[in-house]
Amino acid sequence: MSQKGTIESLTGKNSQKKKSRIPAKMDFLQSATGAILALFITFHLLFESSILLGKESMYHLTKFFEGEFLIEGGSPLFIVFLALGISVVFILHALLAMRKFPSSYREYQRFRTHAKLMGHQDTNLWFIQISSGFMLFFLGSIHLFTMMTQAQNIGPFASSDRIYSDMAWPMYLMLLVSVVLHAGVGVYRLIVKWGWFDGSDPRASRRRHQKIIKGAVLFYLLIGLFSLATYIKIGYEHQADYGERYHLKGEVTHAD
Amino acid sequence: MGREITIKVLKYNPTDSQSTPTFVEYTLEETPGMTLYIALTKIKSSIDHDLTSDFVCRAGICGACGMLVNGKPQLACRTLTSDFEGGKIELLPLPTFKLIKDLSVDTGAWMEKMSLRVHSWIEKHEETDLAKLEKRVEPAVADEVFELDRCIECGICVASCSTAIMREDFVGAVGLNRVARFSIDPHDTRTDEDFYELIGDDDGIFGCMSLMACEDHCPKNLSLQSKIAYMRRKLVMS
Repeated sequence: MSQKGTIESLTGKNSQKKKSRIPAKMDFLQSATGAILALFITFHLLFESSILLGKESMYHLTKFFEGEFLIEGGSPLFIVFLALGISVVFILHALLAMRKFPSSYREYQRFRTHAKLMGHQDTNLWFIQISSGFMLFFLGSIHLFTMMTQAQNIGPFASSDRIYSDMAWPMYLMLLVSVVLHAGVGVYRLIVKWGWFDGSDPRASRRRHQKIIKGAVLFYLLIGLFSLATYIKIGYEHQADYGERYHLKGEVTHAD
Repeated sequence: MGREITIKVLKYNPTDSQSTPTFVEYTLEETPGMTLYIALTKIKSSIDHDLTSDFVCRAGICGACGMLVNGKPQLACRTLTSDFEGGKIELLPLPTFKLIKDLSVDTGAWMEKMSLRVHSWIEKHEETDLAKLEKRVEPAVADEVFELDRCIECGICVASCSTAIMREDFVGAVGLNRVARFSIDPHDTRTDEDFYELIGDDDGIFGCMSLMACEDHCPKNLSLQSKIAYMRRKLVMS
């Protein structure tokens, strides 16, 4: 054990009698990793809902993310590296956010009783945030691991087969609800926490932010649910040809 | 004749070994403009002389009569019984503070500890020359300081805060508001690094989860969120 660490753990200060800067860094990093993940999920959900525009649109988008504009035919490795990068941010965010969870039965009981008694919207939203965050430990990990190990299986038929025939839809349904709620509440909390867009009347700004976030959550839940339903429909219709890849009309060499 | 209202109170004396926490209901007639202060005074004088609650000013200035009113932290003297449609009101002592008896809690000891922790006074790096006039302060800055000085330290922000409920060493919005007040005051020469030494940890500014119950329940309508965000931005970079 380093002397520096020993001094700080026993006295709460370093040898210059100064407090550690780690809590400040952790606070900042928790917000920064959350913001990155929220930004990612905002675009991710939009892209995956390209299936609503048709199989061809989803196919083209998949190929774009597989780097077809750089390598002929594209490569799933681009998806693997993206999933790996997001996993690192995801794990770091989970690690930092865990500090805020109730850490004993007594803390949990005090928080829940107090929240129920008070009936305060933002306090209740935090319960949604920690509950959905807890779900994401598992659901997010499953999804990221799948994307890292089966990045080649993304496409109008491959994704639909995974969702319907491989029975992944219950997981994706829970993941969608958890991630949209968590990101929505998280972005709202970020705005409040750092005083962004406070304007001359922070209270009025906060009410406006609540409305915008509610609208965004509803929008993303709807497009997510419709997309999932579309993937399930395609998977159901395609079950007899499970494993067969999507081809553009007239295309024989490029498979998804 | 006014309507009949029911006030349910959690009664408990932690210093009496015979006492057990019990809910007691009181029924009384509502009078025009009746506040919870008036209702409790009536109960104490005519129904239950043993009931304990704190009051001083009766005007929302001293901050002594904070309690949970149907779960929400409020000042009893500024709460009208007519606000409760069904006429049923449940009163609990403010959480996070040491319970003295029934609705009476010791906010004073908590506030003293907080004040000592955040050095809730003007600090100067140079010695004050009493022969010289005090440095002038811009009226806009003085107004900003006076606005934060409106805090009456009633403890309602602390009793509303989930972090304070879970972690007893959390400095609370009242403590962070005190630091913001001195950081704005030009008489105080402390730097952001100095303030970091006071509240730069998970029991201080970085413990706040921005759940906003402090601001939403503050009886003085202080803009606590923007001040906490202001201190967070300053100290995270310090």
